Amino acid sequence: MQNQEKNPIPVMNDQEDTEKQIERVKLEIDGQPVEIEKGTTILEAARNIGVNIPTLCYLKDINEIGACRVCLVEVEGRKSLPAACIYPVEEGMKVRTNTSRVRKARKKIVEMLLSNHHRECTACIRNLNCELQNVADSLGVRNIEPTGETMRYEIHQNNPAIQRDYNKCIHCRRCESICSKIQECYVYSAQKRGFDTVIAPTFMRDLGDVACIMCGQCVIACPTASLADKENINPVWMALEDPQNHVVVQTAPSIQVTLGEEFGLPVGTKVTGKMVTALRRLGFDQVFATDFAADLTIMEEAYEFVERLEQNKLPFLTSCCPGWIKFCEHFYPQLIPYVSTCKSPMAMFGALCRHYHYQERGIPRERMISVAIMPCTAKKYEAARPEHGDGERPDIDYVLTTRELARMIRQAGIDFANLPDDEFDAPLGTYTGAGTIFGATGGVMEAALRTAWWVMNGGKEMADAPKKRTREQTVEFREIRGQSGLKLTHVMLGGRDIHVAVAHGTGNARRILDAILGGEKIDYVEIMACPGGCVGGGGQPILSGRDHKKLSLDYRHNRADALYEIDYNKHLRNSYENPTIQRIYEEYLGHPGSEVAQKLLHTHYRARGNMPNVRE
Amino acid sequence: MDKIKRYMAANRWDAPHIDTAKLIKDKDKKAKLDQALEEFRDKPGQLVRVLQKAQEIFGYIPEGVQVYVADRMSIPISEVAGVVSFYSTFSTRPKGKYTIGVCLGTTCYVKGAQDIVKALKKELSIDVTETTKDGLFSLTSSRCVGACGMAPVMAINGEIYSRVKAEDVPFILAKYRDRVAEEENFNGQS
Ligand code: SF4
Ligand code: SF4
Ligand code: SF4
Ligand code: FES
Ligand code: FES
Repeated sequence: MQNQEKNPIPVMNDQEDTEKQIERVKLEIDGQPVEIEKGTTILEAARNIGVNIPTLCYLKDINEIGACRVCLVEVEGRKSLPAACIYPVEEGMKVRTNTSRVRKARKKIVEMLLSNHHRECTACIRNLNCELQNVADSLGVRNIEPTGETMRYEIHQNNPAIQRDYNKCIHCRRCESICSKIQECYVYSAQKRGFDTVIAPTFMRDLGDVACIMCGQCVIACPTASLADKENINPVWMALEDPQNHVVVQTAPSIQVTLGEEFGLPVGTKVTGKMVTALRRLGFDQVFATDFAADLTIMEEAYEFVERLEQNKLPFLTSCCPGWIKFCEHFYPQLIPYVSTCKSPMAMFGALCRHYHYQERGIPRERMISVAIMPCTAKKYEAARPEHGDGERPDIDYVLTTRELARMIRQAGIDFANLPDDEFDAPLGTYTGAGTIFGATGGVMEAALRTAWWVMNGGKEMADAPKKRTREQTVEFREIRGQSGLKLTHVMLGGRDIHVAVAHGTGNARRILDAILGGEKIDYVEIMACPGGCVGGGGQPILSGRDHKKLSLDYRHNRADALYEIDYNKHLRNSYENPTIQRIYEEYLGHPGSEVAQKLLHTHYRARGNMPNVRE
Repeated sequence: MDKIKRYMAANRWDAPHIDTAKLIKDKDKKAKLDQALEEFRDKPGQLVRVLQKAQEIFGYIPEGVQVYVADRMSIPISEVAGVVSFYSTFSTRPKGKYTIGVCLGTTCYVKGAQDIVKALKKELSIDVTETTKDGLFSLTSSRCVGACGMAPVMAINGEIYSRVKAEDVPFILAKYRDRVAEEENFNGQS
C-alpha cells in the first residue's frame, strides 16, 4: 500500500517512459494468438501467455546476448532455429516452442554444456537451486557423452567473501553484465579464446586482487555455482557446540523479510519472530538485532551531519555500506574526506559487544563469540578489515549470509515455516522503525533525516525525547523511497534548504558522484552498493534458480515494502526514542561524537588503486 | 582463530596503488608508446591499434603495459586484458628467438606427442607456454596442423619435423644452439 508514489524529480527510472504511442503486432505462439508491443522478444511474448521457454544466459534488461542458445524456437518459414531471447516478434509470425526438433536441439546444447562441466551436484553449493540443473531436468537430459579433454582449474578463493570455481562456468556472461552495466566496476571480461575462454577478472586474478567491491551481485546473477559466497558455517557450528562459549548473534534489518523465501514463503513475508526462534534453537546464547545498532548509527551520523553542516563541509556521504565504501576507496578516493566516519551498524554492534556488553553480562572477554547474519558478501570482507578489531581478533568473528543461515536451519532439521514467534533479547535487541528501514534504499537517509530534523528543531538533549509519539507524528520522507535508481529531493532543515540524493547500485552512485565533482549542489547523499539496498544484497536468497522471472527488479519492491510496513507499525519510529540508546549514552558513551564514541563507533578509510597488481 | 589472524595480518584483497607513470622502465620504449597513445587517444575503437604498436615496441605486451594503456586511454583494464588475450597476434610473454610448436592433435597425441613435450620440457627446463632464460626457445603446443600422415609433428619457426622421436629432441635443439653460436662468432669477428 505504501511506496507507490512516483519520484518528484525522476532522474533515471527502471521503468521506461510509457507515454509514447505503442505499436502492437499480432502473432501466434504454439497456436495461441498473441497481441503485443512491437520490439518485444519472442521469449517475453511467450512468457506473457504462460509458455515457458528455458533460458540460461538471459537476464532481463541486463544480459540479452543470445550466447547459450537453449531458448531456441521454430519460426515458420525460417530454416534455422532463432534464439527466442533476442529475436523480436513480427507481424503474422508463427512460432512453435515445443516440437521434437526444438526439444532435440535444446537438449543437445545442454548436454554439450554439461559434458565438460564439473558435475558434482550432490556436493555443490547450488544443488537444488541451480539453473543449469533445472534446465537439464526440464529437458530430460539422461545421457551425457564423455568428452576427451576437459579443463580443470583450481578454485579461486583468496578473499574473505566470494569464491570462484571456473569448472562450473557456462560462459553466460551474466556476472560480467551485472558488474559492468549495473555496478560499473568492470571486474570481468571474456579472456583468451576458443576452448580456453574464461569469463574472469583481469589477468584471471582472484577477486581479492582486483578492484572488486565484494558486493556479490555477480553471485546473485550466476546461474550455477561458479560464483558463490565463501561459507563460514562450520566454524560457527563449532563455536556453538562449546558450552563455555557465549555466542551472540545480530541479524541485519533485511534478514527478517527475506529469510522466509528460503523456506518457500512468499517474497516479502515478515518472519522476525520465527527467525529469532530458529536462532535460539540453533544454540545462540543471545539474539540481537542490528536494527538497534542502526539506531545508534543514526544518532552518531545525524549529529555528525549537523556539525558538518555548520562547518559547511559538504556533501556528506553515508558510510553504512561496506561495498560502497570499498567502491569509494577504489574509484573516488578524492571524496573520502566527505564520507561519514561512522562505522556501519554491524561494525558498531561488534565494537559495542567486544568493549561494553560482555562486562555487563560478566562473560570472560575471550569467550564471547560474535556472529552476524548479513544480507551481504561485502560484510564478510568488512568484518575482516583491520580497523574493526584490536589487531589480534576482529570485533565480529563470523559473518554469515542469509543463505548460509538458511542452510544452517536446514542442517539442524528445523521446520522453519511452522516455528512459533519469539522476541529479540534486551538490551541490544531493542530498536525503532528507523533502524529497520536501513534495509531498503532510502531508508538510512529517511532515518537520519527524522533524527536530524529533531536535533535541529531544538531537541538537542537526549532527555527531551518524547516518551510517547503517535505514528502519525513521525516525519516521513516518502520521496526517497522506492526502486528508481536515483532519487533527489529537498528538505528544509534549520532554515536551510538541504539537497538530498539517494542512489543504489554503484553505477547510479557514479552519476551522483560525478555530478558532485562537476560542482552540483548536493548536501547529503545515501549510497547503497546493491540495487534496492540491502533487500537486494549479494547474500540474499537466490530466487532465479527456481524462477527466472524473479530475477527482474520487482522482488525487491516486496521486500522493501515489508520493511516499511514494520516501521509503520512500530510504536517507536525515531532513533532518538530508543530507550537502550538513551541508556547507553547516559551510562557509557556520554553524547554522540564523544571521545569514547569516536574511539568505538567511528573509523577511517584509505585510498586504494583500481588496477590489479602487476606481475612481470 | 589462526585463519582470522592470517586474514587480519595479510590485509590484502585490494588493488594496490600503482604509480602508472613508473610502470614502464625503458624510457625510449615508453616515449614511443606515449606517441602512439597521443595519436590514437580519444578515438574510440583505437585500442587494438595502440596494442599493435605496443606489441611492435616491446615485442610482447606485459601486464604493466596493459595497465598503462588502460589508464591512459581510460578503458577498464578488464577490457584491455580481454582484447590482448583474444588476438593471437598479441603475446603477453617475451617470445624466444625460436618458437617450438608441438602438435597435440588426436593423431599426434596417439603417436606419442606427449613424450616429445616431456623431452622438450626436460631439455629446456621450461613448461609449455614458457620461454627459456637465455631467450632462445619458447615452447608451445597446437592443435592438428594438417600433417597427420607424418605424425607426430613439431615445428620450429615454421620448419616442420615429422615422425619425431623423443630421442631426437636433443639433436634437433643442438642444431639451433649451434646456429646461434655461429652467428655470434661471426658477429664477434666482424
Ligand atoms: S553448478 Fe549446478 S549443475 Fe553444476 S554441479 Fe552445481 S548443482 Fe550441479
Ligand atoms: S562482487 Fe560486485 S564488484 Fe565484485 S565482481 Fe561481483 S559484481 Fe563486480
Ligand atoms: S561465472 Fe557464472 S555468471 Fe559468470 S559467466 Fe560463468 S556461469 Fe555465467
Ligand atoms: S541464448 Fe537465449 S537464453 Fe541464452
Ligand atoms: S594431429 Fe598432429 S598434424 Fe594432425
